[in-house]
Amino acid sequence: MEASPIVSISHVTKRYPGGYEALQGVSLDIDAGSMVFLTGHSGAGKSTLLKLLAGIERASSGTVLVGGLNVSSMRRAAMPYLRRNLGLVFQDHKLLYDRSVYDNVILPLQVTGQSAKDAARRARAALDKVGLLDREKANPISLSGGEQQRLCIARAVVNRPNIILADEPTASLDPETARSVMEIFRSFNQVGVTVLVATHDQAAIDQMRPRVIFLNKGRLA
Amino acid sequence: MIAWLRHHLYSLDRTTIRLMAAPVSTALNVIVIGVALALPLAGYVLLQNLQSLANGFATQAQLTLFLDRSAGPEDVKSLEDRLGKEKGVMHLRFVPRATALADLARSADISEVVGALRENPLPDAIIVTLKTNDTVGAEILAEKARSFAKVGYVQADSTWTRRLDALIGLGRSALGVLGVLLSFALVAVTVNTIRLQILTQHDEIEVSRLIGATDSYIKRPFFYLGTLLGAFGGLFALALVFAGLGFLNRDVSTLAALYGSTFSLVGLGTSDCLAFLGFSAALGWLGAHLSVSIYLLKTN
Repeated sequence: MEASPIVSISHVTKRYPGGYEALQGVSLDIDAGSMVFLTGHSGAGKSTLLKLLAGIERASSGTVLVGGLNVSSMRRAAMPYLRRNLGLVFQDHKLLYDRSVYDNVILPLQVTGQSAKDAARRARAALDKVGLLDREKANPISLSGGEQQRLCIARAVVNRPNIILADEPTASLDPETARSVMEIFRSFNQVGVTVLVATHDQAAIDQMRPRVIFLNKGRLA
Repeated sequence: MIAWLRHHLYSLDRTTIRLMAAPVSTALNVIVIGVALALPLAGYVLLQNLQSLANGFATQAQLTLFLDRSAGPEDVKSLEDRLGKEKGVMHLRFVPRATALADLARSADISEVVGALRENPLPDAIIVTLKTNDTVGAEILAEKARSFAKVGYVQADSTWTRRLDALIGLGRSALGVLGVLLSFALVAVTVNTIRLQILTQHDEIEVSRLIGATDSYIKRPFFYLGTLLGAFGGLFALALVFAGLGFLNRDVSTLAALYGSTFSLVGLGTSDCLAFLGFSAALGWLGAHLSVSIYLLKTN
């Protein structure tokens, strides 16, 4: 069975004010259910590509299709509904430190208006998957770097997204913790979630053996 | 729909918690808004009282027709008939010159002067009382009566009520301007308060956007914040005005008693109070709306 592309990028250029081109004429397809690593030196355009997919930034030219929707020309008002199908994992976690671990994970469910009962069940399930169920009442500030990253992943997957986009998820973690985080991604991929990870962690690539896309100075290498 | 309601409740809950968490700044904001609103509100209440006082003084306009010396009883009769047919006339009273002189002589100060007069210099008079305090109608009737035969001079006693009306009208306009200016101030205060609140919740807004929150989801708690601040400010303004009235009323009733009156200042009715609270809450909402919309546009 031929898998259809869930992400389709064609001739995408991203030019920042000042003329710097982070991406130059990039075209690629990513099949639904696959696991893909984007790699390359810093400044190669990995983060920019993920930002274009999530609609955090817009392409200067070219088309970015995610789940059949054209993100590069999407109306501002439609963007939230795209994001609800994406699980975003950030290098700096972007957790909220004014509330508990549990309240961080439940946030995406409140945004989509889940009932309190459903939300609680799903939030606990997500925390369980990343091994943080016993820390649900803790403040995220008291978690280790690896735990914070796992919390960020739990928040990303709690809405059961079709695609996980992770930007340097293991960059600040020790090798052992990095391995465990990568294993979490693998377990989501095994149940059909498309996983796209930007990383320059060669150990992770060796461990996972995913499809690898190399970016070099804004072009596919 | 249920999700929407659920989030409204959630927003209201979080907003209340936030307001309670910073009681000092909440109180200061409420005071600023309350004082700004109390000024025009107090002016409005005082003007309302002045108006009702003025209405009490002159519920009916009066005209006095002084007759020619040559007017006889038949002339008086025909004048009374003519005036009686005019619309708006409620009551006619004929004051013969002799009665007028006798009335005058009763005033202690000038009884000697009156006694020294060799003949009665006063004319006969007809006092016309109109049904309403319609000063324009009184002027028209006065103009008409001037052309009647045997009428020497017509005095419309409505001039002072017209002046008072004009003064109250001026007061209202001035109050309107003040009200508009202070409403702007209130909106500006809320815009700034909400802006500061947005800055402290910058991370939460950013994360909410990344996980798929719509703009209205992000705005909602701030709408509640602005509306609550406006409503509490309005309540505070009402409290200030009612306290001020209570304070003034002690002096007012002393003054009124000296004039043999039981007049006292009256506050606002329930519906006026509710309308005012609604208005101040709406201004708070408007401030929040401006503030958060500007922020979301800027950060997009």
